[in-house]
Amino acid sequence: MGAAAVDCAGVWKFYGDYPALRDISIQVSEGHCLALIGRNGAGKTTLLRILAGFSKPGKGHVHIGGQDPREAEARRHIGCIGHGIALYDELSAIENLRLFGRLYELPDPEKSAREWLERTGLERVRDGLVREFSRGMRQRLAVARAFLHGPSVLLLDEPFTALDDRAIVVLQTVLRDALAAGRTVVICTHQLREALELATDVALISRGRIAFHGERTAEMVSDPGWIYAHHGDN
Amino acid sequence: MRFARQVLVILAKDLRAEMRTKEAINASLAFALVILLILSFAFDPSEETTREISGGLLWIVFTFAGTLVLNRSFARELPNDCLDALIAAPVPRAALFVGKALASFVLILAVEIVALPVFGIFYNVRWARQFWPLILVLLLGTWGLTAIGTLFSALTVNIRLREVMLPLLVYPLMIPLLLGAMQLSALLVSGQPITGDMTVWLRLLVGFDIIFTALSLALMDTVLMG
Repeated sequence: MGAAAVDCAGVWKFYGDYPALRDISIQVSEGHCLALIGRNGAGKTTLLRILAGFSKPGKGHVHIGGQDPREAEARRHIGCIGHGIALYDELSAIENLRLFGRLYELPDPEKSAREWLERTGLERVRDGLVREFSRGMRQRLAVARAFLHGPSVLLLDEPFTALDDRAIVVLQTVLRDALAAGRTVVICTHQLREALELATDVALISRGRIAFHGERTAEMVSDPGWIYAHHGDN
Repeated sequence: MRFARQVLVILAKDLRAEMRTKEAINASLAFALVILLILSFAFDPSEETTREISGGLLWIVFTFAGTLVLNRSFARELPNDCLDALIAAPVPRAALFVGKALASFVLILAVEIVALPVFGIFYNVRWARQFWPLILVLLLGTWGLTAIGTLFSALTVNIRLREVMLPLLVYPLMIPLLLGAMQLSALLVSGQPITGDMTVWLRLLVGFDIIFTALSLALMDTVLMG
């Protein structure tokens, strides 16, 4: 097992008095893909937001590549897709990618933007405003935005939502390429089949606690409901 | 250099987005002109007293119209959760603040530049007799409004009643700035230069700008990240 690219130890998160996360400890090694699964309201998105540095844990600590994700240097190595696409409706596809390329201080933002538009099949609509895009196109552009700066850790919250078959293939391809290049991926999703095909590890969160954390097995892939049947609290 | 580049990226993004929608500038400009028109009915433009309080009128209009621009500063980041992407980017919060504040500053100044001649016509005031000193007061007053407004725009961005909360929080803090800007503007609009005791108000404006800019730069990280 390689060094932990994502290290989350004893993390608690409180909303008022309610503990949304209870003593979560997860490590994800470099080049591994963790599928973070659980029912609605289990705490997956809360955990992902803490890993991304958007939210502070009430207790415990999180390190991404050995650094606090709230530090600017650590953020350079993190790519996120959240519930929103995090793209500006008033800007065109290329303007959005160019903007993030500049914010991440890429050597040639224009070239990187064009490359990712091509990889996500959006080259022909590069000058179209995002507000005119279909939901699937917006999601693909969000993928391009998250991968643009070559992050070593990818945190993806429901990345397969609203994607058509072709877009799912595009996303799976870029994720496989990222894993092959040694990048670390955490996918939080309800679409178990797509996620488990990519995952090397699985964590099931139930009511803010880790109900299962281990390697993905053949049973999980052949029967995505297996993990809930054996470790979920239904 | 790196800081300046990041500021320019944020500034250009905000201005480009605003120029595409024109939401904030249209609302702010229309509001400023309508208020100037309505208030012109309340006063007799030929009266000397109107000229005396014209500085106050001007800054009430600029402050209200400016708040409309400032409300949009961080609210612009809410659709599609763009604020998360900005926070996730390796950009110092100070650069984010300066870029956003400069974008609002440019937009508010544009509204003021259009509103000033209209003010002159409606109130029968020859406002340009002390043109450059008046521009200096406008720049200092507008930056103070922008600095404090941008900080509170970030603070209230996730509040449901942010359009109400922003002025409620900002206006009381702006009282010293408004006092200085109103006193100086009334003086300059009446054609008199800033001399003697009146320079105190100018120093107040400069001090206010320095203090609130430094405070905003220091607090931006806490405001955005909690």
